[in-house]
Amino acid sequence: MPDYTPRELMAIAAARKINDGEIVFCGTGISMLAAMAAKHIYAPNSVIIFETGAIDSQLEEIPMAVGDPRVMLGASSNSGLADSFAFMQNRTTGRHVVGILGAAQIDKFGNLNSTSIGDYLHPKVRFSGSGGACDVASFVDRTLIFMQHERRKFVKRVDYLTSPGWLEGPGSREKAGLPGNGPTAVISDLAVMGFDDATKEMFLEAYFPGVSPQKVLENMEFSVDVSRARELEPPSERELRILREQVDPQRLILG
Amino acid sequence: MNTSPEKVTALDEAVARFVPDGAHISIGGFTCNRNPMAAVYEIIRQRKKDLHLYAHSNGQGVDELVGAGCVGRIEIAYAGTGRFAPTCIRFRKAVESGRILFEDYSNYQMTLRFLAGAMGVPFLPTRSSLGTDIINRWGFSEEVRRADTRLPDRKLVVMENPFGGWADTERLVLVPAIQPDVTLIHVQQAAADGTARIAGLTFADVEQAKAARHVIVTCEELVGPDELRSHPEHNQIPAIIVDAVVRVPYGAYPTACYRHYDYDPAFLSDYRTAATDDARFGAYIEQWVHGKKDHAERIAQVGGERLAAIKADPRTGYATGLRR
Repeated sequence: MPDYTPRELMAIAAARKINDGEIVFCGTGISMLAAMAAKHIYAPNSVIIFETGAIDSQLEEIPMAVGDPRVMLGASSNSGLADSFAFMQNRTTGRHVVGILGAAQIDKFGNLNSTSIGDYLHPKVRFSGSGGACDVASFVDRTLIFMQHERRKFVKRVDYLTSPGWLEGPGSREKAGLPGNGPTAVISDLAVMGFDDATKEMFLEAYFPGVSPQKVLENMEFSVDVSRARELEPPSERELRILREQVDPQRLILG
Repeated sequence: MNTSPEKVTALDEAVARFVPDGAHISIGGFTCNRNPMAAVYEIIRQRKKDLHLYAHSNGQGVDELVGAGCVGRIEIAYAGTGRFAPTCIRFRKAVESGRILFEDYSNYQMTLRFLAGAMGVPFLPTRSSLGTDIINRWGFSEEVRRADTRLPDRKLVVMENPFGGWADTERLVLVPAIQPDVTLIHVQQAAADGTARIAGLTFADVEQAKAARHVIVTCEELVGPDELRSHPEHNQIPAIIVDAVVRVPYGAYPTACYRHYDYDPAFLSDYRTAATDDARFGAYIEQWVHGKKDHAERIAQVGGERLAAIKADPRTGYATGLRR
């Protein structure tokens, strides 16, 4: 079995969840790896879009931010933010968008905080803020979320709710007036978590090879159902080769 | 608005005239790309104070303006410069130490707010952020809002769909219009009358420019009016909204300018190191901004070797294979 890093498996685990023909909304960082790997391996007809306005980018080098000029290469059209966010919610294209997000904190319903820790006006730690994350989480039907699996990040209550997940559980998005759905999956450096169809609560779907369900639970402030968990299939030689040689040969994001 | 055919100005004069202390401003670009950095450095050089800055994800320019102490209040969606600063470092320090007032929105909301300003309507609706703290938590108090007639009395307003359930929508968020006193953008080409052409992504530059009372355009190339007007369908900025045009080669450096140069990873990396420490950041501003009479002197100090490394490849529009 080949050696690999948790970050490599995270990118591959997310890429496996992208369906052919989907429009992949890509943020900064590891989500670029997942979107590019998916396009190279499982979903050749998926289309990568960026909030900056690049539609169907033909990425040759990994962008280090969604504003990187590399996102413009070979795009079907290059416009601006107004267009990109419109594609995400209009009734023709919007239903086909899968969003990939990250955050500093997540709760059991997949609500995300990327704004601050502590009191909003006098924060202990300030982060970047929503960017387009709240928009994506508000509009689209499928979102994948990348997290570092730490107790202070999987919390009972997020300090600031930046991007809506399933809010308070079943029916609460509809009540708030949101279109779209809460998150589909969370991919961490220890596990893949799903969300229960009935309760909308996070559950352990798969743990990384060599990681026990107990270890996953120890790194969370709240408890989740582990009864459905299985071991995640490790990356194949082919998946790793494409990720390393075609997606991020400079290891800008793989590290 | 200005219909004069001749708007070419020196950058120091344009900033002195259109960016007074306390001005409400917005800058173009996105994270590491096409920020109007020459204009940003001139604002810092003239030691402007108490600016009210409207930002979506403008990145490097935002961080330097905040770090240099020019900004009193900021309305913002995202402060980050990609891998170099997942959270803009001087912005983070300013927020955590209480040196600036700040209020959070999403990128789409900020875009719509500029668009509303450009359209002359008081607000536009969206469904983004329903159920979140972006609606619940205000950064500016009612007193702050009342004290400045350029600010709306409320942050965001949730309303029921006045068309019933039309378009499967029960509820909306109204985002208030922004009308900056001045918007500063950097473009690839402009003419003396203010007509301007952006190559590649426009981000929200066009909405920001059209929303503003005044617009300063800096450009890589100053071209004759016929050159841009022979293909007006490729121009995004009409002359009538522009007040000043300034030719500044490398005017977006150290951020990228598509088809001209890439962002400079070496400079952004050095900046990150400087920004993490107050004394080092002060020394950086002294050496690289106050210590240079203008942007050209700064670029000369950067040197030919670095500029050659970030020169855009004609095929891709960026520096292919750049060591990042």
